[in-house]
Amino acid sequence: MSQDYPALLVIVPLLSAFIISAAGWVNKRLCFPLSVAALSVSAYSCIGLLLRVLNEGVVHYRLGGWPPPWGIAYYVDYLNGLVLCVVSVAALINLIATKKSIEQEFPEKTGPFYTLYVLFVTGMLGITVTGDAFNLYVLLEIGSITGYALLAMGDEDRAPLASLNYLYMGTIGACFYLLGVGYLYIVTGSLNMVDIAHILPGLYQSKAVTAAFIICMVGVWIKMAFFPLHAWLPNAYTFAPSAASSLIAPLMTKVMIYVMIRLILTVFTPAFAFTTLAVSHYIVWLACIAIVMGAILALAQHDLKKMLTYIIVAEVGYMVGGAWLGNRAGMTGAVLHIVNDALMTLCAFLVVCNIVYKVRGYAFADLKGLFAKMPFTMGAFVIGALSIIGVPPTCGFFSKWYLILGAIQAHHYDFMVALLFSSLINVVLFFRVFEIGFYEPFSDHEGHEHHSAVMAEAPLSMLIPLYIVTAGLILAGLYTGDIVNHIIRFVIPEGFI
Amino acid sequence: METITSIRPLLAVLVSLLITPLLVVSGRKPNVREAWTFVAAVAKFLIVLSMLPAVLHGTEIVYTVVQFMPGAAIKFRVDALGMLFALVSSSLWIITSAYSIGYMRGLKEHGQTRYFCYFAICLSATIGAAFSANLLTLYLFYEILSLATYPLVTHHQDMEARSSGRKYLLYVVGASIGLVLPAMLICYDLAGTLEFSRHGILAGTAASRPMLFALLLMFVFGFAKAAIMPMHSWLPAAMVAPTPVSALLHAVAVVKVGVFSIVRILTGVFGIQLLSFFHFGTAVCYVAAFTILVGSFIALSQDGLKRRLAFSTISQLSYIVLGVALLSPKGMIGGMLHIAMHAFGKITLFFCAGAIFVATGRKNISEMVGIGRRMPVTMAAFFIASLSIIGVPPCGGFISKWYLALGALQAHQIGFLIVLLFSSFLNACYFIPITYTAFFCRPEEAMFENKVQEAPLFCVVPLVITAIISVILLFYPQPFFRLASMMVENITGM
Amino acid sequence: MGDLVQVVIAKYNYWIYITLMMIGLYAMIAKNNLIKKIVGMNIFQTAIILFYISIGMKKGGTLPIVEHGHGAHHHAVHAADYINPLPHVLMLTAIVVSVATLGVALALGVKVYNRYNTLEEDEILAQIRKK
Repeated sequence: MSQDYPALLVIVPLLSAFIISAAGWVNKRLCFPLSVAALSVSAYSCIGLLLRVLNEGVVHYRLGGWPPPWGIAYYVDYLNGLVLCVVSVAALINLIATKKSIEQEFPEKTGPFYTLYVLFVTGMLGITVTGDAFNLYVLLEIGSITGYALLAMGDEDRAPLASLNYLYMGTIGACFYLLGVGYLYIVTGSLNMVDIAHILPGLYQSKAVTAAFIICMVGVWIKMAFFPLHAWLPNAYTFAPSAASSLIAPLMTKVMIYVMIRLILTVFTPAFAFTTLAVSHYIVWLACIAIVMGAILALAQHDLKKMLTYIIVAEVGYMVGGAWLGNRAGMTGAVLHIVNDALMTLCAFLVVCNIVYKVRGYAFADLKGLFAKMPFTMGAFVIGALSIIGVPPTCGFFSKWYLILGAIQAHHYDFMVALLFSSLINVVLFFRVFEIGFYEPFSDHEGHEHHSAVMAEAPLSMLIPLYIVTAGLILAGLYTGDIVNHIIRFVIPEGFI
Repeated sequence: METITSIRPLLAVLVSLLITPLLVVSGRKPNVREAWTFVAAVAKFLIVLSMLPAVLHGTEIVYTVVQFMPGAAIKFRVDALGMLFALVSSSLWIITSAYSIGYMRGLKEHGQTRYFCYFAICLSATIGAAFSANLLTLYLFYEILSLATYPLVTHHQDMEARSSGRKYLLYVVGASIGLVLPAMLICYDLAGTLEFSRHGILAGTAASRPMLFALLLMFVFGFAKAAIMPMHSWLPAAMVAPTPVSALLHAVAVVKVGVFSIVRILTGVFGIQLLSFFHFGTAVCYVAAFTILVGSFIALSQDGLKRRLAFSTISQLSYIVLGVALLSPKGMIGGMLHIAMHAFGKITLFFCAGAIFVATGRKNISEMVGIGRRMPVTMAAFFIASLSIIGVPPCGGFISKWYLALGALQAHQIGFLIVLLFSSFLNACYFIPITYTAFFCRPEEAMFENKVQEAPLFCVVPLVITAIISVILLFYPQPFFRLASMMVENITGM
Repeated sequence: MGDLVQVVIAKYNYWIYITLMMIGLYAMIAKNNLIKKIVGMNIFQTAIILFYISIGMKKGGTLPIVEHGHGAHHHAVHAADYINPLPHVLMLTAIVVSVATLGVALALGVKVYNRYNTLEEDEILAQIRKK
């Protein structure tokens, strides 16, 4: 059984999606347990797979036993082992946490919602585990299309249009990726990533390879909302239902960052990406701009959810810049930030979920006096905010550490300045929210006539998963050394300075 | 230097952190809650004290919590300087807790559970910073301290608190993220480690002089808690907090963490040799001297008692920096000793200010004419404490100022000696009149009736205790003096 | 000049797909009507599908169907005689994806229409701004 973990973690959710859909017609209450079961099997498989990779090294799995280049091969190394775990565990925790929220927001559509949820996770896991370039496109589209549908289920007024705009841009992105794979196929005749990597080195001078790389990159950048290709993200995530945004926001962009790193490290190899191509310098500049613009745009927002989406845009800038710095510290920072940012974003959006559940709104005006009304939720929010700002010992600090160290070592001081600027702006952003929750409504002088607000906290089923994630933020920070030394160190090939 | 490994440093840090859930749970029963605070404070003090004999013997106690990268870990090392700071903080927490009870209950403040919880967390962070073995741990606890003091500073939750809170964050957190973090990482890149060492980790690196100077400035101004001008404005603004908060945090823990960090940077990261080779010590002396003088001048013009005390603190903190930056053994002893002397003196002064507020509701000095008739004990303590700050016998502050003066002579820096003396004179100018008008004024100018009516006992007893300690310290400055001398011997090898 | 013309004519499949792509992109960006945008998206995807198919072409190759499939005679196939079947297979998948995307896009379009009673994007944005 354990030999088949790579296949299990994709197939179980895929088949369960149909079962859930059917079950939804019979009895709505069956959907939740079935989804939990499916995602638990996935999570279990992912963790088992990571442990296998830690013991044995890279795992190759051939679907149906067909060897490449005829068959589709799944390829699991340290990088995707780590990302798989993060994706599956995050999806599972989110599922449990948002149960009440889903019941509140669509009482009649729980069946379809859970079906789409599980299919989306299938897509994400599939993207991460596959070793075949075209298979990646297929699963990318599975994830994306279910994503569009999930995001459109929100606020009647704005969600469908926002999702439609996301659809256009997302499709362009995926098509670009497909085009790039086409060019690669022309040149190498293979679709298997490892295979391509073996064949390519002799062909680095070919213009087709350069074109393939650039087109693939642009496609992936559109999908991960790298400034200035980010325009779809704020609206799409803001108007979405809270359960959907807390699922998609932490995962989609991070998995696309994984794809980018996979392309750089495995398919095209660093020798091509950094040396032959020589654009890394400019991409880091673009990343700086992305970070700064994300921070500034976040400042201009008046509601919590949109502010968080612009922070996501800035975080994507961190990871793209870190990966393209071209040194070990930068790449370590980028990979570490995939894990950390997924956790931080999950924490932040789960908090929004709680707030929306109780307060039915997420604008700043809705947040008054929240520290008194929802102390536990806001407590978790504070820790999540500290992580996004980058305060030790939360995990956000350590990925920033590596990113800044990488910037110093690469003499890319502009990137370092952008990172620090973003941290400072994050302080302002989050303390603005804290102030509204803490001070307003204003009491009289000296605060002696303080009306004690009645505590109206979110239910336990929403709080406990939130606290698990929050604890995860601190644990991930404290165990950074282990994560880096045992896993991420092996992600980066030797000789990568 | 012998080192032993023991979990006691970690315990000292954690004891107040672990008490926090108990405080929350017993929120409805104030006496139980306060009892827990005392338990934690006494426990912390005893754990710290238990490590004192070893440190005095010359041993250092280390404990590694988690190692991230080579040279960067969360690690504790109890050496003489850290022990000095930890002793001061932990002993004063016990006294401040007692004072807090009197003050908060006297004014019927809201949110007392939250207050005591965050106080406990702040003390954890302070002890953590005191025992930090490397720059990363120091930075970690420094940040936690900044964030944990925010709810205390903004306790009153009104408009004034909000704007003071913003200023506080802007200066303290802004400087630490914007200046200290990159400086720390550049250091790590240059030296490959962040562990404080006897000779300074930057000593052997290939960094250029301008780069090192830039790093030094980034650290000195980045640790904004040390209130070195121009990073000082947050301190007067933070006086909007309840007085016990101002007392412990801004006279003892928070600002002391700031100067403590700078002292660690000067001695452990840069090292005495490097600083004197490049004449950086003198540069820092100039910056400190500027703050000393300007702080004293501004204090002269303040009418609000707490604001005058705040500017006095700004000035006194730079004495510590000046002492260490003089790079002479006596100067460094004086600077480090002043951490302790100033703490006991300043906390008494703040306690008095709070007691006056609880008893009469007055905040401005001009409204306190003749108050000595009504609150003689309080004003007597105030007088003794101000003598300590000015630096005259029979108070402990005399020793630290004496050593600072000797240090300036030892370093052949007559200019700074003059600065020190002039500043002491200014201190007298703004402290003595307060006591004078409190006791000696014409009967018609007195604003209070003649009967004695002190603040509640829980307020008065602590301030008397700290005043008496200030006096005792002159005659028996141990163990602080011994610790300071040991640290200086360690660094300079003399 | 002769060379240039030769290059253009030789790689005509690339030019066609690029032109189609640009038409699709233009429609998606410049057109106001949601359905036209969706059609543009479809043209965009079709262009890529055509591109893939075109790269499988070989001069003189025939359809990749082998007569004796499961028979006893297994003889090696001369690959140069048959056009490459793999891109066709891949593009079957891509067409399915394209159809699915089209379905979702149209469903969203219906939702938008039900809410705003119009399919013109500028009118929709005006209605949103008015709120």
